[in-house]
Amino acid sequence: MTAATSPAPNEAALRAAGRRESLTLGALAAPGLALIGIVALAPIAWLFWLSVRKGDAYTLEHYVRLLHPNYMLSLQTTFELSVLVTVICVLLGYPLAYLIAQARERTASILLLFVLFPVWTSLLVRCYAWLVLLQRRGLINTWLTDIGLIDAPLRLVHNFTGTTIGMVHIMLPFMVLPLYATMRAIPRDYLRAAANLGATPSQAFRDVYVPLSMPGLAAGIIIVFILCLGFYVTPALLGGGRVMMWSMQIERHVTYHADWGAASALGVVLLAMALAIFWAVGRVIGFDRILGGR
Amino acid sequence: MLDRAATETQITHRQRLWLYVLGGAILVFLALPSLLVIPLSFSDTRFLQFPPPAYSTRWYEAYFGSREWRQATWVSFAAAIVTTGVSTILGTLAAYALHSMYGRAARIIYACFMLPLIVPAILVAIGMFLFYAQLGLNNTMTGIVLAHSVMATPLVVITVASGLKSYDMNQEMVARSLGASRPWAFLTVTLPQIKLPVITAALLAFITSLDEVTISLFVAGGDYATMTKRMFNALRDEIDPTIAAISTLLIVFSVALLAANQLASAPRRR
Repeated sequence: MTAATSPAPNEAALRAAGRRESLTLGALAAPGLALIGIVALAPIAWLFWLSVRKGDAYTLEHYVRLLHPNYMLSLQTTFELSVLVTVICVLLGYPLAYLIAQARERTASILLLFVLFPVWTSLLVRCYAWLVLLQRRGLINTWLTDIGLIDAPLRLVHNFTGTTIGMVHIMLPFMVLPLYATMRAIPRDYLRAAANLGATPSQAFRDVYVPLSMPGLAAGIIIVFILCLGFYVTPALLGGGRVMMWSMQIERHVTYHADWGAASALGVVLLAMALAIFWAVGRVIGFDRILGGR
Repeated sequence: MLDRAATETQITHRQRLWLYVLGGAILVFLALPSLLVIPLSFSDTRFLQFPPPAYSTRWYEAYFGSREWRQATWVSFAAAIVTTGVSTILGTLAAYALHSMYGRAARIIYACFMLPLIVPAILVAIGMFLFYAQLGLNNTMTGIVLAHSVMATPLVVITVASGLKSYDMNQEMVARSLGASRPWAFLTVTLPQIKLPVITAALLAFITSLDEVTISLFVAGGDYATMTKRMFNALRDEIDPTIAAISTLLIVFSVALLAANQLASAPRRR
């Protein structure tokens, strides 16, 4: 259209048709956008506003209060747990994704079912399963006592350990799936070529395979880490009140104190952390890869 | 067999036996815990014993006999069905529109659709709770369905958009150039060919709604408490084997959904 040197007789009509087309398409996306905008995003914008208000005046008081050691401890717990869970997910997820990616088509689809099964199983069912396994008189303690390995039951749940185990179980598929998708697309000829050129198997793996799998790894890390940062359900159930995550501070301020100023400020900080990490990694590896969309 | 090469770099299966063992252990870690719940749900005692000393169906009777659990189950399933309808339609329309659009606007709209997945659920939850309080939507079916649709629509958009990628839009163009209106061309030419991703998206939307916990904790209550809200409270306060019975039913249900989805998409691979 733009290549024409002199205006074609139907140019105006074409442009009008183009405009109508974009309007129609926009109208198709509008109901979904309106739903998300009104029900989710507008209330969050309102929380932003509440976080800087006290009475009729603007204030940063709610944010200043977050510097209190209690909140700092909570922030530290949140980061420690998120980093630990992400690291364990990488250590477990990478070999598993590698194995599935190397398997034959049929085997791979069966192995993938094992990864998908937890995703489709209710989150609460999985938390319940871990409570059953890990509690004081739970299955693991009973078994370990029965075979004489321990005398007194181990403290496995309602603490940091139990929360970590439960979170890894929940997050692992989110690490494996993007890794698998990336690894599956790595041409095997590259490794053969590396071997031909004299690379040892470990050199070929380290210098060819790992760098090519990086985008999937980064996507997995970012998804797991961001989900962990804001996670509420599993720490609340498996932490037994001893693991005070940032998200639990938010819940506490709303349910017990109805303190919307503090809850909003906590929420804004959480959102800012999540978006900052998302944006930083997205800049490096591309946003499309993280969300797997367009 | 064990000494055959497993990789292009001539590593043998024997040399990486450790990798198979590790992989197997991780798969067991992923799948086994949930499955252990099944025998427990048939236990005769309220205490944790494995294997159960005697079997009974008393926890299933407790579940089906409880008015609260029946009500919560009804609320959850009704909300999931309506949410599936709402989010599948809105999400498919949006994915179609985004697929046909180019440039910056499309990217920005797509990013907006993804926001509910990136924003921590707890923040969405308290925002909605505050918003609903003004409108009297807390503890109503409408409130639950709107909330769950917000969470499910992005997943529908992702799934359908990736399905559209492998569809040749020219087919729809042909139908339109032969005189079909755009909606008609979409319904009769495009939709049948992206049927599988749309079904997957609908199943995902259903399971998302059925499993949604964080937002339901805040906005669902009273007669409209969802199953997840009741389960959460039961798990936090006192663990009762009724939960094992409900969990077993939910596992059976999700396996059925997963199987249905695999079966629906299987012929495609062949």
